[in-house]
Amino acid sequence: MTDFSKGTGAHPMVKAEAVHKHFGLAHILKGIDLEVAPREVFCLIGPSGSGKSTFLRCINHLEKISGGRLSVDGELVGYRQKGDKLYELKDREVAAKRRDIGMVFQRFNLFPHMTAIENVIEAPVRVKKEAKAVARERALALLDRVGLRDKAGHYPAQLSGGQQQRVAIARALAMEPKLMLFDEPTSALDPELVGDVLDVMRGLAEDGMTMIVVTHEMGFAREVGDALVFMDDGVVVETGHPRDVLTDPQHDRTKAFLSKVL
Amino acid sequence: MSEANDKVPAGTPAGTPPAAASRPEAIKAIPVRHYGRWISAILVLAVLGLLVNAFANANVNYGAIPDFLFDSTVLKGLRNTVVITVVSMALGLGLGIVLAVMRLSKNPVTSSVAWGYIWFFRGTPVYVQLLIWFNLALIFPVINLGFYKDEMNQFMTPFMAALLGLGLNEAAYMSEIVRAGIQSVDEGQTEASHALGMTQGQNLRRVVLPQAMRVIVPPTGNEFINMLKTSSLAAQAAQYAELLRSTTDIGNTTGATVEMLFLAAVWYLVLTSVFSVGQYYLERRYARGTTRNLPPTPWQRIKQNLGTFRRPEVAR
Ligand SMILES: Nc1ncnc2c1ncn2[C@@H]1O[C@H](COP(=O)(O)OP(=O)(O)O)[C@@H](O)[C@H]1O
Ligand SMILES: [Mg+2]
Repeated sequence: MTDFSKGTGAHPMVKAEAVHKHFGLAHILKGIDLEVAPREVFCLIGPSGSGKSTFLRCINHLEKISGGRLSVDGELVGYRQKGDKLYELKDREVAAKRRDIGMVFQRFNLFPHMTAIENVIEAPVRVKKEAKAVARERALALLDRVGLRDKAGHYPAQLSGGQQQRVAIARALAMEPKLMLFDEPTSALDPELVGDVLDVMRGLAEDGMTMIVVTHEMGFAREVGDALVFMDDGVVVETGHPRDVLTDPQHDRTKAFLSKVL
Repeated sequence: MSEANDKVPAGTPAGTPPAAASRPEAIKAIPVRHYGRWISAILVLAVLGLLVNAFANANVNYGAIPDFLFDSTVLKGLRNTVVITVVSMALGLGLGIVLAVMRLSKNPVTSSVAWGYIWFFRGTPVYVQLLIWFNLALIFPVINLGFYKDEMNQFMTPFMAALLGLGLNEAAYMSEIVRAGIQSVDEGQTEASHALGMTQGQNLRRVVLPQAMRVIVPPTGNEFINMLKTSSLAAQAAQYAELLRSTTDIGNTTGATVEMLFLAAVWYLVLTSVFSVGQYYLERRYARGTTRNLPPTPWQRIKQNLGTFRRPEVAR
């Protein structure tokens, strides 16, 4: 199938060094250090409010970090470095960088006034200036991949939550990203619809997509994940292989959290 | 008869449970009598009769109204009313969107400029604004925009004065409507489009505004209908030859003053009615994707209702 492993391969796909984030006086991220290798499925778990979404949003610069260094595929997020000076990127340059990073949201955020296929071709046509006919062909193939080719003409309101989330994944893939961010992609779904979405994600992982997945699906983390980080209160508490962390957590906070969710 | 159960008056005990599931027993009950409705209907008819009688015996030459209904001067005024309404609304909507975006901008300079504009144009009567535009030559005899230079009297035609007076005033109102529309769109939409690499402008044009339209269109329709009528202020204030102006002129020359005012009223009613229908279909268009099924058009509804008239009455 498609090989999704993109990027230069020379750098970690994501590298965070002492990343801090404040919202006003609130200190949300308190020095995050981590590295995501190309082709890796990197799972992020932790209690609600621990800063997982905020960290994901920093990676594609939906939020600006307040301290530390964050780079994607060897390039700083939000800045250009010349000598030892940092220059802030213009809005337009930030937008251009986001093309290479796909994001899937807990609440899908499909464009409700567009059909499934219109959702998928929107960014390729407007952002990459791809010809409509070409974009449609690729979009149909992507909808096929997520099992929704026959729903191409449906509006989001006519689709179930699981179907909407799979369209949202196809929409992100249409930009041919080198990195996919998933923010609790199955948390808003009825239990019987979760499997279809996880299957699509598993397929992506098999095809070499680099993925950062915030999730409460410990089964998925254990089977598909290559690395797992437990975050609490804005810091990384524990890192390791999912199997190890989930079966034999070293820290009390990890143990306490896992005893609640497992 | 299959829908007998639906017609049970609320609160009436269903009596014996239906013996056979397919054929429930019809309910025998005496329906509530609405004496109040009969009395009020009679009162309304009486008042209407008095009014009709008064106007029929008034000193009005009704024959003049149909005579001038399609008079070329009237039709020209009608056309000008539609033209000034459409262009003023276009200016108001375009500038209103710009002002709304400025108002929501993070840049304090832009947002306060928008705030000041809205404060001024909403805070003064549109009639005064029309008069100021029309009389601008008194204080600026020459207009010099750098790329364009002319005598103010040449530039500020009645049409121009009406357009600026009505359009710029409208922009202040439209910007508030557009702002409410933009703010009604879920923030997740902007996040999703940014995450896909779309720029601010693309996000606004392709994602936010189309969804904001559902909130923007209904009050804009009202603004449009208001503008049809408000444009009559330009008759006096800017000497613009719109509907009221042409009918008044005819009234002055023929002496049929009130008759021509009635005629104007008839045409305004026709215009507002036609545009109300247009508004309805526009609202339907922007409801796309928000509901699973669009509500029926009035025509479809009439056909449905004809069906219900024929349906047999049950509770009697
Ligand atoms: N835009 C914001 N402004 C202020 N506080 C925020 C904002 N976004 C998130 N927060 C706060 O940051 C904390 C972490 O939020 P989040 O990253 O969403 O946690 P998680 O995804 O792990 O549940 C929460 O306490 C939240 O209230
Ligand atoms: Mg979250």
